[in-house]
Amino acid sequence: MASTPIKQVAGKGVYVPGDDIDTDRIIPARFMKCITFDGLGDYLFHDVRKTESGENKKHNLNDPRFAEASILLSGNNFGCGSSREHAPQSILRAGYQAVIAGSFAEIFFGNSTNLGVVCVTAADSDRAILAEAIETNPDLEITIDVEDHKIWFGDQSVPCGIKPGARDSLLSGAYDPLDELLEGADAVSKTANRLVYLQA
Amino acid sequence: MGKSLFQKVWDAHAVRQLANGQTQLLIGTHLIHEVTSPQAFGMLRDKGLPVMFPHRTFATVDHIVPTNETIEPYSDSLAQGMIEELRKNCAEYGVTFFDTNTGHQGIVHIVGPEQGITQPGTTIACGDSHTSTHGAFGAIAFGIGTSQVRDVLATQTIALNELKVRRINVDGKLRPGVYAKDVILHIIRQLGTQGGTGFAYEYAGSVFDGFTMEERMTVCNMSIEGGARVGYVNPDETTFEYLKGRPYAPKGAGWDAAVERWQSYASDADCEYDDVVNINAATIEPTVTWGITPGQGVGINETIPTEAEGVTQSDRAAIAEALEHMQFEGGSPVKGKKIDVAFIGSCTNGRLSDLKEVARYVAGRKVAPGVQAIVVPGSQVVSKIAEELGLHRIFLEAGFEWRAAGCSMCLAMNPDKLIGDQLCASSSNRNFKGRQGSPTGRTMLMSPVMVAAAAITGKISDAREIFDVAEAAVA
Ligand code: SF4
Repeated sequence: MASTPIKQVAGKGVYVPGDDIDTDRIIPARFMKCITFDGLGDYLFHDVRKTESGENKKHNLNDPRFAEASILLSGNNFGCGSSREHAPQSILRAGYQAVIAGSFAEIFFGNSTNLGVVCVTAADSDRAILAEAIETNPDLEITIDVEDHKIWFGDQSVPCGIKPGARDSLLSGAYDPLDELLEGADAVSKTANRLVYLQA
Repeated sequence: MGKSLFQKVWDAHAVRQLANGQTQLLIGTHLIHEVTSPQAFGMLRDKGLPVMFPHRTFATVDHIVPTNETIEPYSDSLAQGMIEELRKNCAEYGVTFFDTNTGHQGIVHIVGPEQGITQPGTTIACGDSHTSTHGAFGAIAFGIGTSQVRDVLATQTIALNELKVRRINVDGKLRPGVYAKDVILHIIRQLGTQGGTGFAYEYAGSVFDGFTMEERMTVCNMSIEGGARVGYVNPDETTFEYLKGRPYAPKGAGWDAAVERWQSYASDADCEYDDVVNINAATIEPTVTWGITPGQGVGINETIPTEAEGVTQSDRAAIAEALEHMQFEGGSPVKGKKIDVAFIGSCTNGRLSDLKEVARYVAGRKVAPGVQAIVVPGSQVVSKIAEELGLHRIFLEAGFEWRAAGCSMCLAMNPDKLIGDQLCASSSNRNFKGRQGSPTGRTMLMSPVMVAAAAITGKISDAREIFDVAEAAVA
């Protein structure tokens, strides 16, 4: 049972500046004491958004102009650090469907793709143009075209990158691999039977 | 042309190719813990699926266990709920659980090797990015997300892209007072936090040949901080010697056959790598991070960079952000920064050899007034042996706290946390903003002996000067 194919993501954007935005920043570990992912959206970027006494800091993520955003724009090496899926889960559950960054940490990228959170890369200069455009007009409609490798905004477009495998999975709706993995059960047993350490 | 260990293990475990070009890869050993598995069991239940290989699935509890109270129910009811959930899931699905009452509980990356579960030529997955640790044995070990934990539970496989292999040779001799931790901090400083993206790191050279298994684990552990999801060392006599007699290691006639099999997985001499990096061991200094990513490190006698030293605009922004968070001035020496907390532990440096090495230097000394210093053994087994050796008494007499096993202040999901903007000299692996539990808390990563030197002097110090390391090394 495949999910709905994702050919495009459209929505408003918000800019979270900085390189190396790590998973501890996306969701601090203290909010991971949970046995389901429900409710994680509330803690997305918690310490980026709040002071220690719980007041809102001045940050785009607290700015009402960007409250309706569903696309995150950030720097290089986004999602580095831990393998915690809590990070993309909190992004998804806070209402975001896509992240545009200079580059992504590998595990974060894989986790996000499995959830259908679209992660595309764009050049520094193109992201700067996009950040500026969002700042000037927070209501700007952004469309990430997964099929055509393009990000459209207003009457402009910039190229974006996505790994071919992830792109195929999104376009075919097979980004959650479980069903396909289950179909391979016979082949799995055959491979397992060849490995001595799995026999005992 | 020969093959690398990575390719051999990959080929032996590749089940088939998936529609999107990824490989369905068989995972021989699945390690689970309380933070990233409950949601996966929930997904399994929703779909009515069983665990495919419960006998190849092993659980422990590490992230949330308090290290200052061992009696349940814990004062943190959320932590109590998580440990109970894991107990329930393991019982229901028939998974072996190294629970707190078994004497074998500990940080998942310490327990696997210690029990002999981690073996050469195998594939290992765990919902934790430091799973790369197990590569020290010549296993290919992947940190995975929770949906993939579900995939492994249900199918014993995950969908993955094959990695390229970069060989990192560290040759020559490390100088006295330079440890495995310095080697990996140096590598990350050289190659960057993204340098390893798309690569498995194969660590080799005379330094790795001479390393103990515990030292190899320290390096492999932090592969992910260098952006490499997988890091490994080819198995050799040191590996086999370590494994022999461990509870889950092959026994009797099976042992010799296993060693032969394990040897066959080592990279062939004529294999070609996608990249090769050579490092001269003598150039590695005791290394300390000054910033908010593990790549922001300097030698102990160097100064912290200034914003102007950044090559690109984004480098300069990164330096500025780190200096602001750390409250450091660019151009100032890293040595002499006053610390509030000293933490010795974690899956990077919470093993017996780490504790032994530190104990021999802190014996007869005292932690500086005003510094909170804690030692957290990585597992109950480490803790027990350390206590048999009397190490705990040395630490306690020196003014360190001696705690129960767990992740503790590495990520502060338990009560061990920094307060406000405290500065912590830490033997752990991550210095991200907020990592040690306080959003404004500050972390400096270094070897356990360097942490001890900071604890004794109250400031970041060159352990070689404080402890007469050269002399001790000869003695
Ligand atoms: S010690 Fe730290 S890095 Fe290691 S598993 Fe625990 S939290 Fe993760």
